[in-house]
Amino acid sequence: MNMELSRRAFLRTSGAGLAGTTLGAMGFGEAEAATAAYIKPFHLANTTETRNTCTYCSVACGIIIYSKGDLKKGEKAEIVHIEGDADHPTNRGTLCPKGAALRDIVHSAQRLQYPMLRKAGSDSFERISWDVALDKIARAMKDDRDANFIAKNADGTTVNRWLSTGFLAASATTNETAFATYKVVRSTGMLAFDNQARV
Amino acid sequence: MTNSWTDIKNTDLVIIMGGNAAEAHPCGFKWVTEAKANRGAKLIVVDPRYNRSAAVADFYAPIRQGSDIAFLLGVINQCIQNDKVQWDYVKAFTNATYLVKDGFAYSDGLFTGYDESKRDYNRDEWEYQIGEDGYVLTDDTLTNPRCVWNLLKQHVAVYTPEMVERICGTPKDKFLKVAQMMGECSAPDKVMTSMYALGWTQHSKGAQNIRCMAMIQLILGNVGMRGGGVNALRGHSNIQGLTDIGLMSNLIPGYLNIPTDKETDFATYMSTRAFKPLRPNQMSYWQNYKKFFVSFMKSMYGPAATPENDWAYDYLPKLDVSGYDVLRAFEMMKQGKMNLYFCQGFNPLQAFPNKAKLAEALGKLKLLVIMDPLETETARFWEDHGVFNKADPSAVKTEVIQLPTTCFAEDEGALVNSGRWLQWHWAAGTPPGEAKHDAWIMAQIHLRLKELYRTEGGTFPDPIVNLNWPYADPGEPTPEELAKEMNGSALVDVFDPNDPTKKVLEAGKQLSGFGQMRDDGTTAGGCWIFSGSWTEAGNMMARRDNSDPGDTGAFLKWSFAWPANRRILYNRASCDLDGKPWDSSRKLIEWDGAKWSGYDVPDIAPTANPRDVGPFIMNPEGSGRLFVRKMMRDGPFPAHYEPFESPVANVVAPKVRGNPVARVFPDDWKQFADIGDPAFPYAGTSYRLTEHFHYWTKNNHVNAVLQPEQFVEISEELAKEKGITLGGWVRVWSKRGEIYAKAVVTKRIKPMTIDGKTVHIVGVPIHWGFVGAARKGFPANVLTPFVGDANIETPEFKAFMVNIEPSTGPVA
Repeated sequence: MNMELSRRAFLRTSGAGLAGTTLGAMGFGEAEAATAAYIKPFHLANTTETRNTCTYCSVACGIIIYSKGDLKKGEKAEIVHIEGDADHPTNRGTLCPKGAALRDIVHSAQRLQYPMLRKAGSDSFERISWDVALDKIARAMKDDRDANFIAKNADGTTVNRWLSTGFLAASATTNETAFATYKVVRSTGMLAFDNQARV
Repeated sequence: MTNSWTDIKNTDLVIIMGGNAAEAHPCGFKWVTEAKANRGAKLIVVDPRYNRSAAVADFYAPIRQGSDIAFLLGVINQCIQNDKVQWDYVKAFTNATYLVKDGFAYSDGLFTGYDESKRDYNRDEWEYQIGEDGYVLTDDTLTNPRCVWNLLKQHVAVYTPEMVERICGTPKDKFLKVAQMMGECSAPDKVMTSMYALGWTQHSKGAQNIRCMAMIQLILGNVGMRGGGVNALRGHSNIQGLTDIGLMSNLIPGYLNIPTDKETDFATYMSTRAFKPLRPNQMSYWQNYKKFFVSFMKSMYGPAATPENDWAYDYLPKLDVSGYDVLRAFEMMKQGKMNLYFCQGFNPLQAFPNKAKLAEALGKLKLLVIMDPLETETARFWEDHGVFNKADPSAVKTEVIQLPTTCFAEDEGALVNSGRWLQWHWAAGTPPGEAKHDAWIMAQIHLRLKELYRTEGGTFPDPIVNLNWPYADPGEPTPEELAKEMNGSALVDVFDPNDPTKKVLEAGKQLSGFGQMRDDGTTAGGCWIFSGSWTEAGNMMARRDNSDPGDTGAFLKWSFAWPANRRILYNRASCDLDGKPWDSSRKLIEWDGAKWSGYDVPDIAPTANPRDVGPFIMNPEGSGRLFVRKMMRDGPFPAHYEPFESPVANVVAPKVRGNPVARVFPDDWKQFADIGDPAFPYAGTSYRLTEHFHYWTKNNHVNAVLQPEQFVEISEELAKEKGITLGGWVRVWSKRGEIYAKAVVTKRIKPMTIDGKTVHIVGVPIHWGFVGAARKGFPANVLTPFVGDANIETPEFKAFMVNIEPSTGPVA
């Protein structure tokens, strides 16, 4: 998808820049050639390629994810390999020690699988259904909001704020998720709303 | 970033200070290597440690953490003393010539208007002199003692090389070498770039650290230039986007503001947002504020936002304090004033200061909701892990719901990189177990809450039941729907305001950019700065044409950059007063007598005559601000303040403790070590390692193998003094808690001499905790103080005081 430009095209379009590129461990060196050599025929023949960006820092290196199965066709897709995208202007196929191990964060043993509940005073989580979890959350929000919503301040000014519930938003979700989150959170009148930009 | 990663190749000098790009942003740092190899660019690193960036630098200078402002104001002083100033740029494009009110002054570390009881200033005098015509009074000869330039000159005079050495511990000769190298970039054909990250932000005066560099770059004429600018490297993959979309207490998407209690109605709110130009003919772009605000409200509330109800103005919550940032939220939680708390992909028990306080606060919640792809310490704050997390689960009444979410590889949408590029990505894998997209979860919560209000009624249900939710499947809005909504569209046929017979937009069509937004409710758009990202021509963020005409590094057809696909902000300033590039070899845009054009999207109206309109069009002055008026709480100029915990008193203002206007909660004051406290004699700092990303990669077996175990770094001198051996256990403690770690004894850290006193540094990498694939360890926030920057409340993680001793290791 969206692979109008092949990796070769990248070489053509940025010829001068690449010709002058650095040879050395910390520059781009022969990154293009090394990446090309690394793409085994196996990947291209037996897997689906998907363009993505590294989930870690904001350099936002381009990556190619190789999956067994094609999500777009409604198939179950298992991610088998992730590598740098040689077409990407910023990283030109290179990755750092974090990006190079991306596949293993996708398949981390610590990935959460199911909604869980830890009851008051309990020493463990127990599995619950999505419906139970979401209904419990909505109920708790409604009860707290109805009890603690501040419609007017001491001066009688309309302020419509809800201070007894807070929301910390993510830092690696998409813009689109962020906007959906913004709409839902702000519509309740919550003000203790923050993200990871401060840290 | 004002510029972009790929632009760094155009620079002549890179200064990495307040960051460590080779360690933390390795693939972006490659552009520094490109500039060094292909242009002969030089790299300066200024840091407490001889770090990975320093290892490949042309020049390294040590500095004590928390003293950057003294160093940078010292650089400005050297530039002024030695005439290393891009004069044409400074006179035409900054506020150097503007006259400041006679009431403004600075002495003994404080500006005019300080109120100690409020820890705040009355900032009325921090303002320009305005003439009878309504414009700022100026003195082009720079002889008036009240002009910004002369006030600045006076303000920085105390920061001599000797004073810099006394405060920062940087040897005078090394400081002068750095100042000289930076000063050379005042030549119109020499450009410096600044690369910084949390090393500058995580201080109680972090915002002023960055202002110092912005001022230097204006004085050197490097803002708007290829290879120049002030470049925040940024951390998480979409922290730029989350901030752009305003997921903060006081923000509306696109850097608009949530109203305050004093802004009782929409007219009052708009009355302080007129942004009237302060110079003749100037374009003041924020004059379009109302168009962006009304379009946002139409996106939020659709038909419920009407002219009659002030576009649903009362649906927005009003702020009674500057913001309910996360430090304030945890303080409220600790006081029992917070009942429910959501953590979406965020692990605050590790990420905010004073872990013991955070755990106590979480234990007072009724319900904690975690949405995350991974296990986090926060979700298990109630679990006993011995010395690593002492807890008694039976005593913790907080209920915790943990919801599994998808990760990057299973989701579709755009992320904003440091250079403001919105890059689209696609889902590649099936989520594990029952993991769900965050957007699905948020939609489900909204729909259920809305249903409860519909069936039961309740307190002010209006903004919830009227929230605009126009998605094909209300239970799961798609990334395409949400992206189009942020871009904005015409709600009805829109006509030219000057010619009502001329239709400019058809109902239902996507806007081509924010220039089409209206303040009459005929357009909607969730985030004006993203307008242009999904137009009638399609998804601009998914563009993958990596051609780069002129080899400028702009890549205009790759993805979409906000605003308006512009790659270098303030790029009009890359040209002189007549619109010709300062450096013809670094042409970006140019005035041809009738219009602006070039390799980048001009940051100016295409037909604005260069002599009429100043380049900084987001400021009503049109100029870059060396004097920032009343816009920052802690001063219109930066001033040196010590960290709240410091080995020495403030040399230039002995009576001032920390940043005089930083907010400190009463209980937290009690947990600060005194200045020069002999119980906590060593200057601690925290940082990241290239093998790890925050607290995520300890869940990755590969990264856990690469860096399996926590350590702290100290100098050979301190090790000898304390009997600590390389690889031996140490205990490190602050007034807030203790950690155990292995010691790395290194030549890369040296003791410093500060105001005549020897100061040792203890370095604490941040990456460990009690869950994951790596060995259990302690997060650095066990040690750090609960205080933030005076303007934006970023915690002071980079400078705090500790003690250290050899140990036999933790007893679990």
